[in-house]
Amino acid sequence: MRKKLLNGPYLAWMLVFAILPLFIVVWYALTAEIGGERSFSAGHLARVFEPIYLRVLWRSLKLAAVSTLLCFFLGYPAALILTSRQFRRRSILVVLIVLPMWMNFLARTYAWLTLLEKNGVVNSVLSFLHLPAFNILYTDAAVILGMVYNFLPFMILPIYSVLYKIDHSLIEAAEDLGATPLVTFRRVIFPQSLAGALSGVVMVFMPAMTTFVIPRLLGGGQYTLIGNLIEQQFLTTYDWGFGSALSLFLMALLLVTGALLMRSRGDGEGGLW
Amino acid sequence: MKKNRAFQKSGVFRALLLAALLAAVLLPLSACGGGYTETVIVYNWGDYIDQSVLRDFEREYGIHVIYEEFDTNESMYAKIKAGGTAYDVAIPSDYMIKRMIDEGGLVKIDMDNIPNYLHIEDRFKNLSYDPQNEYSVPFFWGTVGILFNKTMVDEPVDSWEILWDEKYAKEIFMLDSQRDSIGITLKLLGYSLNSDDADELEAAKAKLIEQRPLAQAYVGDEVKDKMIAGEGAIAVVWSGDALNMMLENEDLDFALPREGTNIWTDAMVIPTTSRNPEAAEKFINYMCETEIAARNCDYINYSTPHREVLAALPEELKEDIRFYPGENDLVMSEYFEDLSAMLPVYDRIWTEVKAVYE
Repeated sequence: MRKKLLNGPYLAWMLVFAILPLFIVVWYALTAEIGGERSFSAGHLARVFEPIYLRVLWRSLKLAAVSTLLCFFLGYPAALILTSRQFRRRSILVVLIVLPMWMNFLARTYAWLTLLEKNGVVNSVLSFLHLPAFNILYTDAAVILGMVYNFLPFMILPIYSVLYKIDHSLIEAAEDLGATPLVTFRRVIFPQSLAGALSGVVMVFMPAMTTFVIPRLLGGGQYTLIGNLIEQQFLTTYDWGFGSALSLFLMALLLVTGALLMRSRGDGEGGLW
Repeated sequence: MKKNRAFQKSGVFRALLLAALLAAVLLPLSACGGGYTETVIVYNWGDYIDQSVLRDFEREYGIHVIYEEFDTNESMYAKIKAGGTAYDVAIPSDYMIKRMIDEGGLVKIDMDNIPNYLHIEDRFKNLSYDPQNEYSVPFFWGTVGILFNKTMVDEPVDSWEILWDEKYAKEIFMLDSQRDSIGITLKLLGYSLNSDDADELEAAKAKLIEQRPLAQAYVGDEVKDKMIAGEGAIAVVWSGDALNMMLENEDLDFALPREGTNIWTDAMVIPTTSRNPEAAEKFINYMCETEIAARNCDYINYSTPHREVLAALPEELKEDIRFYPGENDLVMSEYFEDLSAMLPVYDRIWTEVKAVYE
């Protein structure tokens, strides 16, 4: 009884902020206004599968996948370092990782613009050291850099939180039994951290798939990704139907990817997800 | 439960707690009412007013001003349309004003309450977007033209064609705006920038795709920093921004192409969502007071439609046809018209231009 009462606020929250918006998106995606009346139509969804939009989607998938991989290979060791050494002020280090996330996302991305441009900070330093200039602004590389920079904390934190919880006596046991550090890592630490790693992958891949600010600023607006396409439908073209259809398709895609990843994870323990 | 404890101990928790505490200390330093009984909510382009004018208005009328900014007509429209905030005054451009009038989104302004309207020059009255001057009061006006860096461009600039010159490959900044970029391309091809002709639009698309490899980027407001820093040779910009950038970097110059361009007016309007139209009218009238309009003009450097403010400008500026072109200089130029029905076509063109990958 009391438990049910406590559920109330959460149910209300879900209804207002998850179910309702989702319903509106589905509604716009599946209806079209013909002669002043809204009726069901598969037109918007069909349009998603036109080659030009599939090309945009494919490109978004590729960039998001590369960014997620990079985040994993940078984030895992970072989480490992955070847990393995006995830092006296570990929480300060964690704060330093979280800190950039509080700064305005847009401002941070603008900062990269200033760093990377032709006469920017990075190139000024390079030319001072008589090194060749580094021109990646307005390329895929810049977009990926922006994503990795912005989403890395979402990879580090869940991995860190599962690594932290690993029972240290297991590691000691492995060492007592003569396992080398590499074997300990491969057979004891890594399998136990898989849940966190998968959460991290999902938490980076999803925003990377939908970002529109990064490709616009760091890609110079010439690398239209699916997020830009959706933004364009809502803000410039007012084609809410097509915008919703794109969002719905993307949601379905992410849901399937997420579900597959979660299934492969097995035990369903731990992580932030 | 046990899992929770582990999480609390894990340091992530402590870090987040520390974060929350810091935020709690830093955030509430804003927001205080100041004892006003009335408010007016103003929605304007970014960096498009001398903020001290707002404080003076508050002091003079005892009406608190809540001031918000937008970056495109389209995002402004979407936000007003979505409701949420009851904006009392908005400052969109001509074609968007037309659209909002047509959709019944604007309140008629009682011009008896705007005595300062008489200061507005006649050429900015009775324009096609508001033929009877019922809904809008001009704020500033300007054109779209070519900003170039004299140290990188040595030929005379007088045509949109220079944006297709391979000499300047990767030195060109285009506007990340469907209407503007397609519009100037139509102009270059000798068509109207309000074209709804399929062949003309197809030609513009082909021309824009041809230009793709030459453009360094499609930009918004960041073009200002870019051009001041010498990051490119040529950019498509609005006239007032051009003047501002030229004041920051004297290598920059501005030209209006001979094929004609887009001339625009930004004007103050009252959306139907307004809860305090009286205060909105007071605000609009205040913005047209000579002294106030002069301060705004001095601050943002766009072209003023205010007769007295113009008269008081330095000779060399008011006679500069780059920034104060006369009606004769603009015979080839056009105002944007509301092309609502054509938006999907423009959208498709723009997506195709930008989705062409190497």
